[in-house]
Amino acid sequence: MSEFASATLVPVADNLLAARNLMAFSLGFHIILACIGVALPAVMLVAEYRGRKHNDPVSLDLARKWSKAAAVLFAVGAVTGTALSFELGLLWPKFMEQWGDVFGTGFAIEGIFFFTEAIFIAIYIYGWNRLEGWKHFWTGVPIVIAGIGGAFSVVAVNSWMNQPEGFTLAADGSVVDVAPLDALFNPATVYEFPHMLLAAYMVCGFGLASVYAVGWLKGRRTRRTAVGFAIPFAIAAIATPIQLFVGDVAARGVADHQPAKFAGMECIQETGPNQTEWVGGICTDDGVKLGIGIPGLDSFLVGFNTDTVVTGFNDIPDDQQPPAPTLLHLSFDAMVGIGTGLLGLAAWFAWVGIRHRRLPTSVWFWRAAALSGVGAVVAMEAGWIVTEVGRQPWIVQGFMRTEDAVTQAQGIWFVFAGTVLLYAALAVISFKALKIIARQSSDVTVPYGPGPAEQSERSEEEGTR
Amino acid sequence: MSKPEVAAAILWLGATLYAVFGGADFGAGILSLFSRRDAEVGARARRRIQHSLGPVWEANHVWLIFCLVVLWTAFPKAFGPLMETLYVPLTLALIGIILRGSGFAFGHTFSGAGRERAEEVFAASSLMTPFFMGCVVGAIADGAVPASGPGEPFSSWLAPLPLLVGALFVTSSAYIAAVFLTDDAGRAGETELVDYFRRKAIGVAIVAGALALVGLVVLRAEARFVFDGLVGEALPLMIASLLLGGLALVGLLRGARRGLRPLAVGAVVAVIWGWAIAQHPYLFPTSLTIDAGAGAGAALSAVIIVFGAALLTVIPSLAFLYWLSQRQLLE
Ligand code: HDD
Ligand code: HEM
Ligand code: HEM
Repeated sequence: MSEFASATLVPVADNLLAARNLMAFSLGFHIILACIGVALPAVMLVAEYRGRKHNDPVSLDLARKWSKAAAVLFAVGAVTGTALSFELGLLWPKFMEQWGDVFGTGFAIEGIFFFTEAIFIAIYIYGWNRLEGWKHFWTGVPIVIAGIGGAFSVVAVNSWMNQPEGFTLAADGSVVDVAPLDALFNPATVYEFPHMLLAAYMVCGFGLASVYAVGWLKGRRTRRTAVGFAIPFAIAAIATPIQLFVGDVAARGVADHQPAKFAGMECIQETGPNQTEWVGGICTDDGVKLGIGIPGLDSFLVGFNTDTVVTGFNDIPDDQQPPAPTLLHLSFDAMVGIGTGLLGLAAWFAWVGIRHRRLPTSVWFWRAAALSGVGAVVAMEAGWIVTEVGRQPWIVQGFMRTEDAVTQAQGIWFVFAGTVLLYAALAVISFKALKIIARQSSDVTVPYGPGPAEQSERSEEEGTR
Repeated sequence: MSKPEVAAAILWLGATLYAVFGGADFGAGILSLFSRRDAEVGARARRRIQHSLGPVWEANHVWLIFCLVVLWTAFPKAFGPLMETLYVPLTLALIGIILRGSGFAFGHTFSGAGRERAEEVFAASSLMTPFFMGCVVGAIADGAVPASGPGEPFSSWLAPLPLLVGALFVTSSAYIAAVFLTDDAGRAGETELVDYFRRKAIGVAIVAGALALVGLVVLRAEARFVFDGLVGEALPLMIASLLLGGLALVGLLRGARRGLRPLAVGAVVAVIWGWAIAQHPYLFPTSLTIDAGAGAGAALSAVIIVFGAALLTVIPSLAFLYWLSQRQLLE
């Protein structure tokens, strides 16, 4: 009965589109919270370190406040992450059924990191009141490690989807000789993991700094604003140049191993040397229109020589080409463009900081800084579009097509619509909660934290200490 | 034990921990839903509940993730059909998780009307997840999930047995929670609340017991294999559960405070493991065995090794957490 229904009422193509939209939307939402979950603990700890080392109550208070924000965002990250685990099975049952044992180890390891994260974040936040001095600081360190480990294990799975290894496909189509470690340490992990980790530090660092940059523009030019800006911004500024380097390595990795994706990113129609690098524009069957072309640069970037041959769409079967090359091309350009812009901003910050030991005073710096958080998020989402849409029509590059993995369940468009509404509400309410946390300091409680009375008691203690 | 059996035991252990700790959390939400009828004590009961869920609430729910991951890594051939068939109750359970987690989190941040609203969402959604998870378990026992692919999306779980198991999950969660909260309230010296939760525990225990009896009758009619196992090989565990549950009830009636937690937890755990023994050697009675559902040997080994590593890291961390909170360093 269900097969009959799905054949007549829900054509597979429609289901596929709904499932892809739902997956993309929920991942795109979760990943923002995941970035905060990965990087915010480190930012908090830097502030706490400064506070304790230099006896600076402002830094210490910032660390406290950020940890309250972290508590709320972690909770939202945890539920949206749980949703993803279900969705992998609910939307792509065949994918899980055939490959679950090959890549599953990554997620199993992630489980350990989730536990560590959940336990120590509770200790860290509850511990502000009674754990003395440096002891409290050290309870935060496992959270940072868990964030890095968690990012590694999930991203390794995604890398595996892009460059699958660690198994053999037998003649009858079954998967044999499974080697979980080879699957985890596939060639794409080498650049995808650091690239994602750095992206998380950039998103969180620039994002948090933006909040204080807005405060600065509004005239709140206190030391608190300056410190609240400088700590996260400095962390993001250090990550940025490394990120561009890793991105460059990633691009060459993609050119080598996923030529169809690369042809989409750069809109390469004909295989050959001396490819033009196009900035912007629309990708059509006869190349980029309305873009700015730099002759030979694309070949040079791939092989450090304009004679490097780059594969074009003419050498890729029609049914193996990614959809929407314009989207891929523009997403890639957006990522690189924003990355370059942020590098400029970071350099400005570093120059003024090193030369004059102060923050830049130009209002243009602060305006740009106020936008840097949104920029980093856009770059990160654009990067994921390149990676995931660029891999289509494959769910496991070269081995399983997405249309063969999708569920036959009905009503996915409704679930998609419901998810969009629910997550939109979550986003609005989270912003409200963050605003409350930002405004008041001593009488706000958080999911893992002690009640208001206990907290205000503590702030008095702090005052006398 | 063969490798797949070890992996199955790990899966079951995760499920047990989720049923106990996650269940206690959900149960607390369910109690807070019903406390709305008890004007003034109810309000205090809700404060107690929010306080007791405290620092470990997220760790409690990581057990679910753990189960999902072990299931798809160690038993991918069961995971696919399960998801393809029971997507409706699973999606509803998931919606419960999302609403509940966020309701809980925001309830702690907002004040006034916002907090009220968030706590209502938290309480109402606490009912959803255990119920629909129970439907999933019941449908599996019912043989409604064919090993070969999608089964019926609705009639698979809209049947007497799954619905009954759902109700049973709800009541046993509320029961564990009520017992835990009796203890917590006692420690905090809130005598009136001790009495309140004690009475709830007794009420829920009676309902749960009645449901379990009806469940056995339905099980006998619809899922003969599991029933035979429960009254056969698993009989000692069923008797143990009955004894422990009975003792807990006597304790509750007499107002005892010590020892209630282990008795109540023991009663529930005995049923869960009895169920495992009754289902053995099947993942899906009687169409998919543990061996046939298992993934590659290397993946099973990986799951077992990761589980060992998890024990080495998670248990000391949890112990540290409890130690700190017992020494009142986390206030
Ligand atoms: C702050 C965010 C950010 C910034 C500034 C950049 N990237 Fe990026 N990029 C990501 C965030 C990101 C990402 C979202 O994190 C992705 C998605 C998958 C991944 O591993 O990282 C990504 C993917 C990604 C891929 C696809 C990898 C694959 O499909 O296997 C390439 C080729 C690049 N990036 C290249 C670059 C280059 C050349 C950059 C600048 C010069 C750059 N990225 C800046
Ligand atoms: C790190 C682990 C990840 C895993 C295991 C994963 C898995 C998947 C799966 C199973 C699909 C559906 C099949 C497909 O369309 O290829 C998918 C699609 C997609 N994912 Fe990922 N994903 C990951 C990370 C992300 C992140 C963080 C984003 C964030 C923005 C993302 C963006 C997308 C998009 C845009 C699609 C849709 C592709 C399309 O419609 O063409 N992915 N992913
Ligand atoms: C690049 C991609 C991803 C990264 C870096 C990432 C990272 C994180 C982090 C740090 C958390 C901890 C909670 C928080 O900080 O909000 C989290 C939560 C979670 N993530 Fe993701 N995630 C990613 C994608 C995924 C995908 C694709 C899945 C599932 C298939 C997933 C499943 C989960 C789950 C189940 C949780 C909740 C764990 C808990 O209860 O604590 N994540 N993720």
